[in-house]
Parts: sequence; C-alpha cells; structure tokens
Amino acid sequence: MSEHAIQVSVNGQRVSARVEARRSLGDFLRVDAGFTGTHLGCEHGVCGACTVIVDGLAVRSCLMLAVQADGAEVTTIEGLAEPDGTLHPVQQAMRDNHGLQCGFCTPGVVCTMAALTADGANPGEEKLVAAMSGHICRCTGYQGIRRAIRQLTGQPQPAGEHA
Amino acid sequence: MKPAPFDYVAPVSVAEALDTLAEAGGGATVLAGGQTLMPLLNLRMSQPFILVDINRVEGIRGVSHSAGTTRIAAGTRQAAGLADAELAATQPVLVKALSHVGHHQTRNRGTIGGSVALGEPAAEMPATAVALGAELEIHSKRGERRVKAEDFYFGPYMTALEPDELLTAIHYPRWPADTITVFREVAQRPGDFALVGLVGAVQVEGGRIARAGLAWFGMGPTPIKARQAEAALLGRTVDEIDCRAIAELAVADTAPFDDQHATSHYRRTVGGRIFARTLGEALNVRQTA
Repeated sequence: MSEHAIQVSVNGQRVSARVEARRSLGDFLRVDAGFTGTHLGCEHGVCGACTVIVDGLAVRSCLMLAVQADGAEVTTIEGLAEPDGTLHPVQQAMRDNHGLQCGFCTPGVVCTMAALTADGANPGEEKLVAAMSGHICRCTGYQGIRRAIRQLTGQPQPAGEHA
Repeated sequence: MKPAPFDYVAPVSVAEALDTLAEAGGGATVLAGGQTLMPLLNLRMSQPFILVDINRVEGIRGVSHSAGTTRIAAGTRQAAGLADAELAATQPVLVKALSHVGHHQTRNRGTIGGSVALGEPAAEMPATAVALGAELEIHSKRGERRVKAEDFYFGPYMTALEPDELLTAIHYPRWPADTITVFREVAQRPGDFALVGLVGAVQVEGGRIARAGLAWFGMGPTPIKARQAEAALLGRTVDEIDCRAIAELAVADTAPFDDQHATSHYRRTVGGRIFARTLGEALNVRQTA
C-alpha cells in the first residue's frame, strides 16, 4: 500500500500530511487536518452529510481520496462564517428557517447550497431543491430547508407556513 | 467502512496509464470520477492491488463535434456535459439522460466515460450509448480498437473491456435535428438508481418512422436494446402505431430480476406502461384507453 505526501488548502490554511492511498478526503479533513465539522454518515455516497467544496464544487468527501485533493482548495463548514462569527448567508437562512434539528446532515447541506450560491449567484429555487436530493435529512422533513432555499433565492414563503 | 489497502498511481498521460495497466497484469482498476467505484472500494466489494487514477491525465476531457458524430472524451465530467449548450443541441437524448445521473454533487466528479465503462445495468449512460448506437474508443498498449456499445455489455459490471484497456472516448452518432427524444425513468427518489428506465431516439420522416434506437436500463443484467420494438416501428406511419403492442414487444426483450426494491413482475408491468405512454407522448399518438 502506497503512502503519499499531500498539501491541501483547507479553508485557506495550508495542510501538509502523509496519507495512505486509501485515506478518504473526509477522513483526512477530520483526522489529519482536524476539521471535524465535516460529518461522515454512510461512507458510500448516499447520504451527502460529508459534502465539502473542492475547487468551488460541492463533492462528497467520502467518494474522493485525500491524495486526489493534493493541490486543491477545500472549503468545509468551518470556512464559511466570517472570522468575527457573522454567519454565511446560507447558514443564516438555515438558522432563520429552522433548517436543521440534530444538525448531523447540516454541514453537507450548507456546503452544497454555499457552492451553488457562491459569489452572489442565484441558481433559482428549483435547482437548489433538486440539489437537495443529494442529501438525506432525517429530522426536518426538508420543509425548513426548503424555506431556507426560498429565502436565499428571494422567493416568497407560502402563506400559513411558519418557520 | 474503509477500503482495503491498495497502491495508488496517478499517471499524467494516456501512454503512462496504459503502461501501468499492462504491467499490473489485471490487478489494477481505473479510477475516473469514482462515484460508483469509491462506494465499491469502501464496501470492499472491489479490492484492487493498484488504483490507476486518470484524473490527472492530459487530454481525456472535452467534447468535439465532427460531421455526423460527437466525440466525448471519457474523462468529461457529467456536470460539464450537462452545462454544455452545444451538446444539448447536438445530443439532446444524451443530455436529457445525463440530468438523471446521480445527484448534483456526484455529477461534479462523476465522468461520462466512467459510467459507460462500468456497466451498472440500472445506470442511464450505458443504455443511452446502446440506444443511440454509440461506438467506444478503447486504447491499450496493443493498440486501439472500436467496440459498438451494443456489443460491450455482458453482465452487471462485466464488459468487453480487457484489464489492460482504457476507454478513452465515446463516439455518439448525430441524429437529425428533429429527432424525437424518448426518456422516462422510475426511481424511488431523484438521483437513485432506476427501478425501470427507458431511453432512446425516434426519427420521423414524411410521417413514417425512419429510424428508432431504444434501450432499457434496470430491466436486466445489462442495458437492453429493444430490438423487436425498433424493428416493429421502422417504416410505420405515426398514425398506425399501436404503442401498447410495441411496448409488449419491447418488454419481451427484457430479463428483469427481483431485488429488495422491486419484483421482476413490477418491472415488466411498469416498464410496459411507461414504454407505451412515453412513446405515445413522444409521437403524440392518441391512445385508446
């Protein structure tokens, strides 16, 4: 089994490590880099909890090897809020609309939405909702997440629905 | 779970990748987007000695158009194919099918060639290649060969690809601009593997079916070309087509199985219905209830 020296930018911080070839990006982020905000759920690409942003794109960190991220820029949930604690717009929308309960799936959900709305982009409600099919949330029934999406995309909330 | 240990190499050229595959003597597995292979590794259903990562190989991404053909380099990401306006215009059936492959997050890494090469029987890309009459461009140290998609699949994840070979591109014939897209899949959730799926293209000329390419996914051990249905459609006028009868012929070519998600009986029943309905809608034929 081969080992590889890699250097990855995680939330703007350079992380160097020697990893086994089979080390997933998710395990690298949690164990080697110490960013435990990334949650590994199913570890076979179904649940979406481990989603992070690699070179601007939302990807599953259990389906990518750490060695493949050599030279890449990775953003995890820890990298989204401002240093002074001001929440990222996606985090704020999720908070305002009760988009989470236990919070296990939330880092992945937020990373997908953050990647799709980066630099002020508005992909539209439909595209964001479709992207949520890549995440399993067992608490919210997705309604709070959908409200957060409407807030993010500037859509009105249906009458009679409360956050 | 975590994968069993393996060696990892990341060649930067096709020649280097082919050298590695040849030297490995069957112990190597090619890693493209990894969105199907990585789960197999994590579940230890696949335990290669060497993983050959082609993500850093030069020249295996991109779409090019020539007279009558669209060549998609095997490493082209599914998301890139979906975002390609020219591809949507020249290969609408392919792009329609692409939108059903996995999820946004997996399409960001998953490749078109990877899906075609793996041969998951419920996946959209193998069936689409079969339906459209695509040809696969395959390289090894022994040379280059072309294999028709319909001759490529032997069983679940079993293909004509030899251990020392690499799929480098897929050549999709360009169907005429007014070709009718046929696509329908039934899955438990968007992005899940299809329980039953149908993909294809129908070309109508002067009110008659001039060409039909139709294939099933999730309806047997491989993507399945609906040969009898295609033959029955050919030359017919749109008005005289009995979609239910054609659907019965199409289902007759399938060999669906029972699994935890659906029985073979369910797949045949639903398959026949979606075939008749989708073909009818595509041809705008009024069906008697």
